[in-house]
Amino acid sequence: MMNNVDDPSRPPDPHTHAVHAEGLTAVRGPRTVLHGLDFTVPRGRITGLLGPSGCGKSTLMRAIVGTQAHVSGALEVLGHPAGHPALRTRIGYVTQHPSVYDDLTVRQNLDYFAAILDPGHAAAERRHDNVTRAIADVDLTSHADALAGNLSGGQRSRVSLAVALLGTPELLVLDEPTVGLDPVLRRDLWHLFHDIAATRGTTLLVSSHVMDEAERCHRLLLMRDGRILAEDTPQALRSRTGTETVEAAFLHLVDEAVAAGRAKETAR
Amino acid sequence: MTTTHAPVAAHAPARALSASRTTATAARVLRQLRHDPRTIALLMLVPCVMLVLLRYVFDSSPRTFDNIGASLLGIFPLITMFLVTSIATLRERTSGTLERLLAMPLGKGDLIAGYALAFGVLAIIQSALATGLALWVLGLKVTGSAWLLLLVALLDALLGTALGLFVSAFAASEFQAVQFMPAVIFPQLLLCGLFTPRSRMHPVLEAISDVLPMSYAVDGMNEVMRHTDVTATFVRDVLIVAGCALLVLGLGAATLRRRTA
Repeated sequence: MMNNVDDPSRPPDPHTHAVHAEGLTAVRGPRTVLHGLDFTVPRGRITGLLGPSGCGKSTLMRAIVGTQAHVSGALEVLGHPAGHPALRTRIGYVTQHPSVYDDLTVRQNLDYFAAILDPGHAAAERRHDNVTRAIADVDLTSHADALAGNLSGGQRSRVSLAVALLGTPELLVLDEPTVGLDPVLRRDLWHLFHDIAATRGTTLLVSSHVMDEAERCHRLLLMRDGRILAEDTPQALRSRTGTETVEAAFLHLVDEAVAAGRAKETAR
Repeated sequence: MTTTHAPVAAHAPARALSASRTTATAARVLRQLRHDPRTIALLMLVPCVMLVLLRYVFDSSPRTFDNIGASLLGIFPLITMFLVTSIATLRERTSGTLERLLAMPLGKGDLIAGYALAFGVLAIIQSALATGLALWVLGLKVTGSAWLLLLVALLDALLGTALGLFVSAFAASEFQAVQFMPAVIFPQLLLCGLFTPRSRMHPVLEAISDVLPMSYAVDGMNEVMRHTDVTATFVRDVLIVAGCALLVLGLGAATLRRRTA
């Protein structure tokens, strides 16, 4: 479980950091998926979590949201240890596969999740406004009364995203939200993410295995094989590695890490 | 895409059991079913058709129909609710909506109570239809009150919901979930005294039947059949069935985990 969260000697200030991890390790079955990660996600910014499929991005996100079992090390989220009950209304989480009810309409899906986040008769009007806004946010107003099961894959993942936008969360954790979307929609969603970060002060952690989306983030966490390769802004990464694109920077860093690993082995 | 602002919600904290979250969950489950009229029709009609069938299978011996018919009024809701609940909760687990809900301020008790409430409503309608048909159309002879039959049927439905919720934790797919029906329900069906009185079984089987909840469900129905008033045995049967249902619901809640591997 999480430990040394209350250690007063720890440096990060919870007002500037949405997420701070030290020695974060996650084990799934016989496999160690995350190997002692240290990283920080700044508040109010868009942090991209980039890396190839299977590198541990989803496990890392589940650890932050508090749904991943067998996690050790320190992981602080919005000033609480990850998984703390107080965080349940403050984090919006979108899984890779859309988690919505296929046999409900878009609006009925959102109505239900809104009633869980903000229950009671007194809140009915506020809920209605929030639901309408969330549907508009993801551009599904014209499909509000369609069954989620009858929508396309991209539309269903936007319903799932709308659910995460419902409670005006402080931290949005989005697992590959733009997979399979057409370029126009992808651009619109990135505009929405920037808008949310700028106007609502929301922190976004967005994973992707498409490197060209990296340029749209304020900060990047590059991951490979359950380890953080680099943690910096896109510009800094490019200039540090002397490359033109984040993809080239990623490859450069991988080559470097592999060479370092080999050097260590031959030294033995 | 627009980003107009709605007032920021002041969120209520998660409590052990929240009435509004429970009813919201029950309403959602019923709304899902409303988009699936075929399932509703099957749920309501199949027990009635079976009763009609049974009535004419025993055309020449109405006494046999009286004996078996009353027992079946208790068994049908148990089986159907078991099936519907195990599949519905399995879908909730595999679709990711359970993980999403448990990352939200929803208590496990809210979810379980919501399901029990929704399927309880269905069970009331189903039992009322089947009981009404058996008593007034098929001429089932009952000494006691029809309301007591309905009460036992409802408790049986709750027990079925509880068992279905519990076993769905051990099923990785719909195929497995359906196979739990013969595994969990059939032994109880064979031992509950429907085919032969429990006292005439092999002593080992009789002892086993003593700890299976369906035995008491059938026993309760038979008490209503034979006695005009509420007997002590009836009260005992009702309490045992209700207690088992609550116990299994609690076990079901324990299988819902906020953190999963």
